[in-house]
Amino acid sequence: MSLTALKIENMNYTYFKKEAAVLSIAEWQVQCGERLFLHGDSGSGKTTFLHLLCGIIVPSNGRIVLFDLEINTLPNRKRDLFRAKNIGVVFQKFNLIPYLTVAKNIELAAFFANDSGFNNEHLVVKNRASTLLENLNLPLDVLNKQVMHLSTGQQQRVAIVRALINQPKLLLVDEPTSALDASARDAFMDQLLYLCDLYNTTLIFVSHDLSLSKYFDRQVNMSSLNSPRQAVSI
Amino acid sequence: MMTLFTVAWHSLMSRKKTVILTFLSLCISIVVLLSVEHIRLQAKESFNRSISGVDLIVGAPSGQLNMLLYSVFRMGNPTKNIKYESFEMLQTHALVEWAIPISLGDSHRGFRVMGTNDTYFSHYQYADKQTLDVVEGSQFKHMFDAVIGADVPTTLGYKVNDSIIIAHGIVGTSFTQHEHAPFVVSGILAATGTPVDKTVHISLEAIEAVHLSPTALKKLVNNPTSAQLRPDSVTSVMLGLSSKFATFGMQRDLNNYANDRLMAILPGVAMSELWTMMATVENLLRAISALVLVSSLFGLATMLMASMNERQAEIAVLRVLGAGPFTIMLLVMFESLILVCTSLIVAISGLKLILLSLDDWLASEFGLFLSDNVVSPHIANLSGLVILATLVVSLYPAIEAYRKALHMQLVGE
Repeated sequence: MSLTALKIENMNYTYFKKEAAVLSIAEWQVQCGERLFLHGDSGSGKTTFLHLLCGIIVPSNGRIVLFDLEINTLPNRKRDLFRAKNIGVVFQKFNLIPYLTVAKNIELAAFFANDSGFNNEHLVVKNRASTLLENLNLPLDVLNKQVMHLSTGQQQRVAIVRALINQPKLLLVDEPTSALDASARDAFMDQLLYLCDLYNTTLIFVSHDLSLSKYFDRQVNMSSLNSPRQAVSI
Repeated sequence: MMTLFTVAWHSLMSRKKTVILTFLSLCISIVVLLSVEHIRLQAKESFNRSISGVDLIVGAPSGQLNMLLYSVFRMGNPTKNIKYESFEMLQTHALVEWAIPISLGDSHRGFRVMGTNDTYFSHYQYADKQTLDVVEGSQFKHMFDAVIGADVPTTLGYKVNDSIIIAHGIVGTSFTQHEHAPFVVSGILAATGTPVDKTVHISLEAIEAVHLSPTALKKLVNNPTSAQLRPDSVTSVMLGLSSKFATFGMQRDLNNYANDRLMAILPGVAMSELWTMMATVENLLRAISALVLVSSLFGLATMLMASMNERQAEIAVLRVLGAGPFTIMLLVMFESLILVCTSLIVAISGLKLILLSLDDWLASEFGLFLSDNVVSPHIANLSGLVILATLVVSLYPAIEAYRKALHMQLVGE
């Protein structure tokens, strides 16, 4: 297996046909195990970029290769399954389904990743979840609480548990700390990076908050990555 | 699959208020639909069970419906009688196995009085070829004996050997009550669920006696064997033929009978004519109940559609977790299925409860004998149809959810 986690080649994305591309990346690579800080102002196309990376939407042309697999050519169902198994995602907010318990939310993530339909996964998932909860300083009884009864900080930490439950190779995180205060934010960052090290997960962290860049190996500016006009002229 | 059901269930539970309202509207409309269907079927069965095994009914020419209604259902009035000789002719006819004479026109405190003879008890059949059964007392032994249907003693509190008075005419408060003809209840019939239950049966001779002049009647009461009473007419005759194949020939012959003006009808044919007439009303009722159901299904779709905006974030989460747009569509379908299936269960048990509690009242007020067995194959089919309609109706919100799931990027930022 190569050491490249993510490779993008000549990728363009347009909302509607005939319109100018909103996102256009000529070439970009991320290595396995890398911690990457993607910096960009709001409206710079960060969220769209993350949706492209996890395969919820597909580029209009070009290639996105994740762990040697060209995901933009996969059939929809396979792409959804690939995402469930290999990519964890944590957004700014609304990471969890509010009317389900924490445990149900975590189980649901495991459910979509489990294509074999075996039920003995249940225990494995439970063990993994409790380990993760412990690492994130969350009490175990949080599992049986409904999401809407948790604080924002707890919700974001549960979101990480859910994102890591299938031990994904790639973790995409979008402004997870914007709703947290400074001390909670620092604790959150430490725990996040610790878990990524533990599972050897490649991390792409998106934020407009440059002060967070100190936690990362490499930082990339969204506007330098994205060159829509140039791409349209090609 | 089970996991998706749990998610759908919790999703519904999280929107309790709108969901409960939708659920109630579904329940009510399904109860309406099912009860219309159930009553329709049961009424038909109740009517159809009123007569069985009779090949021809012979009476004075009128309409076949009219004849069916008065001779079988005791509804309306006979226009004219036929000669007693005609009955005797029928009785002795080679093709006739048995003949039941019927003489109508009198009443007893709201119950119709019917003159007949012992053949009635031995050959009249209802439902699935069941004959009448005298549970208390006996058939006619004396001239002024009356055998009453099961509803008469329950309403009027009669017992065997009670004396009753027969009035001339149909109205209970008739001015020409036959004060001087004291009848005695000789027997009580088992309940049949047919108009027989509401009939007071007396002998043909007694019918004649009731219509004698007061002095002649008085004489007869004092000495019942004094006069040889011979009826000169009957209202109609029910025939059982020795061969079913002879029915049509016999009908033709009777319609052309020279010595009396007769008309013969086939009860089955008349019965189906009756139902053709009722079909319009029946279909109207069905259409209304179907429309009620459709409107509450639209309510269900509206509820799902309205929730779609607030559920955008939820759909995004599911997509991120690896749910395909189709799974999200399924989730919405499951929600409506859960709602409709629970409504069906509640509606069916509710209907059963209603029928159980209204059983007696319906039977006594309307003569409707409804079985409380709601779960017939027909109702099962209907439930299937309801579920199918639900799937069709919830397709639209489901597709909306599918589209939202597919074009998530439009709301991402």
